[in-house]
Amino acid sequence: MPATPVLELRGVDKSFGPVKVLHDVSFTAHAGEVTALVGDNGAGKTTLVKGIGGVHAFDRGVYRFDGRPVRPRSPRDAAALGIEIVHQDLALCENLDIVENMFLGRERSHGIALDEAAMEEAAAATLSRLSVRTVGSVRRRVSELSGGQRQTVAIARAALWDSRLVVLDEPSAALGVAQTQQVLELVRRLADRGLAVVLISHNMNDVFAVSDRVAALYLGRTVAQVRTADVTHRQVVELITSGRSGDLGPRA
Amino acid sequence: MSTDLPKSEKPAVKFAAGDFAGDRPPGDMRSAALDAWQRVRSGDLGATPAILGLLGLIVLFTALRPETFLSKGNIANLFTQALPITILAMGLVFVLLLGEIDLSAGVASGVCAAVMAKLLVDAGQPWYVAVLAAVAVGIVIGTALGAFVALVRIPSFVVSLALFLGLQGITLRLIGEGGTVPVRDDVINALANKNMPVGLGWALAAAVIVGYAATEFLRWRGQHARGLAARPIQFVGARVGVVTLAVLGGTYLLSQDRAPGPIVLAGVPWGVLLVAVLLIICTFVLGRTRYGRHVYAVGGNAEAARRAGINVTRIRVSVFMIASTLAAISGIVAASRLSSVATNSGAGNTLLYAVGAAVIGGTSLFGGRGKARDAVLGGLVIAVIDNGLGLLGTKAYLNFLITGVVLLLAASIDATARRRRSEMGR
Repeated sequence: MPATPVLELRGVDKSFGPVKVLHDVSFTAHAGEVTALVGDNGAGKTTLVKGIGGVHAFDRGVYRFDGRPVRPRSPRDAAALGIEIVHQDLALCENLDIVENMFLGRERSHGIALDEAAMEEAAAATLSRLSVRTVGSVRRRVSELSGGQRQTVAIARAALWDSRLVVLDEPSAALGVAQTQQVLELVRRLADRGLAVVLISHNMNDVFAVSDRVAALYLGRTVAQVRTADVTHRQVVELITSGRSGDLGPRA
Repeated sequence: MSTDLPKSEKPAVKFAAGDFAGDRPPGDMRSAALDAWQRVRSGDLGATPAILGLLGLIVLFTALRPETFLSKGNIANLFTQALPITILAMGLVFVLLLGEIDLSAGVASGVCAAVMAKLLVDAGQPWYVAVLAAVAVGIVIGTALGAFVALVRIPSFVVSLALFLGLQGITLRLIGEGGTVPVRDDVINALANKNMPVGLGWALAAAVIVGYAATEFLRWRGQHARGLAARPIQFVGARVGVVTLAVLGGTYLLSQDRAPGPIVLAGVPWGVLLVAVLLIICTFVLGRTRYGRHVYAVGGNAEAARRAGINVTRIRVSVFMIASTLAAISGIVAASRLSSVATNSGAGNTLLYAVGAAVIGGTSLFGGRGKARDAVLGGLVIAVIDNGLGLLGTKAYLNFLITGVVLLLAASIDATARRRRSEMGR
């Protein structure tokens, strides 16, 4: 196990007006590992991820990235640290092709003209490093791609930059069986390349298929963060639904 | 294309960097033809309907008016008729790319032309001062429009409708009730009424063709050498061939002596050169710069563009500024063609012609799709319809009806194509 986790949150609180969404949450993500973040609707997963990605700041608590305390104030700040978040709606432009989407907002150029060749090479190299072979030409428009292929493009975009941490919000929610399998393989490969991956999922099969650790949130609190190999399906479901399972979870 | 390959048993195979694009080898005629067919089936028709429509209309009007429609004088007339529509439409392409509309572009061109005419005639200013002032007025109008749309967040339809009324008032105030201001400046009038020497026309045509062919082939060679996704050389050749034919054909037609009397009247009108320069600039900006890429992105998915760090507000304001600036230039060309500015300059069907031109050319009303060249193709289609109906001596009421139907037809093709795209997209 690596000495310093890529991401370390300790004692994080977040309130929206009178509503306290996160209480004393702790969470870590290690390089080369997939950490599944589970919890029922309203447990605070999205709030936690938005805080990590700089969409809003945490009220209190420690946020360390590579061991250094940080405080990203915008998605740009987070991206500069090496944090990429793949949202559920993917945020792709259907009228642009794969390369154009992967470089959107961060285009390379020669003077005022775009350097299309360099961007296409970098995009193709990233996709082939991730062993993605299912999208055809990188010059195809996103509107021509299937749901799984779009997810692949969104994930590959996150991996294109020198990212250290990639957060995936329900990547398989809208996918069929074969496509889910492909996306999970891609998630695994990201981790195998040394990135810290956080996978938000409702699907226990996905969690057990691909994750190294599971962190469960219950009503805005971390109730457990354990190695996936040490728990069963049933225990994770209990953590999600009741906040405890046998020895796991806070003592009553 | 929807068939995802089944899960590979050995996902960890290493591929060379170039392998990915090699999924379908570039330069293969068959796969490129399949791709093109697939694009057509998914509703991405490109310039095809406009080119077919243009050819069809030319055949139709030639059959109906064989002695006048293809006469040398009329062809030159047709080109100058298309100039202001095309320039106005080129500006509207930027606005339409965001899925917005500028209903005031036509009357904005009228106001700018009125400002220019007043400065020329009443203030006795030289032409360049008047032209600069007209363009400046265009920029101001566009900035105001864009600010109301992007910052106050009023739908562009409403803001530009308000401007449509207000600007007509300003033109009326500047020109005076029912009047016209004659434009007698030589430089301004030369724009649409004077021709460049025949030799210069040919030289510029040759330069355009060589430049276009060189850009296309060099790009192809670069893509090919680096193993990137490239269209097959036959496609590139065919494109260059079509452009060459069009440019040479146009130059040839315009280089004929079209004067009925003994004086020689021949050569490409200067305004055509202006449109060509604008076309090259707009094509470069939209296709090859970061700004153009961001315009397409905001038009395709504004939220995605915002999350990618693009300043959506700035892009929104800027497209209205570009549209109004080009509207000012369009107004100047229109004033040159008629040698005057009237209270109804830029009003009436000016705007609908320009929107029609952009949509007929292939720009989508729903945003995200369109090119600068659409304005040129569509502008020619509209000019042919307007000109041909004039030669047929059609009654004014029929003219309005037919133009309205054509616009509706183009919009229907656009909407159908869009529906097909969303059906094909999974």
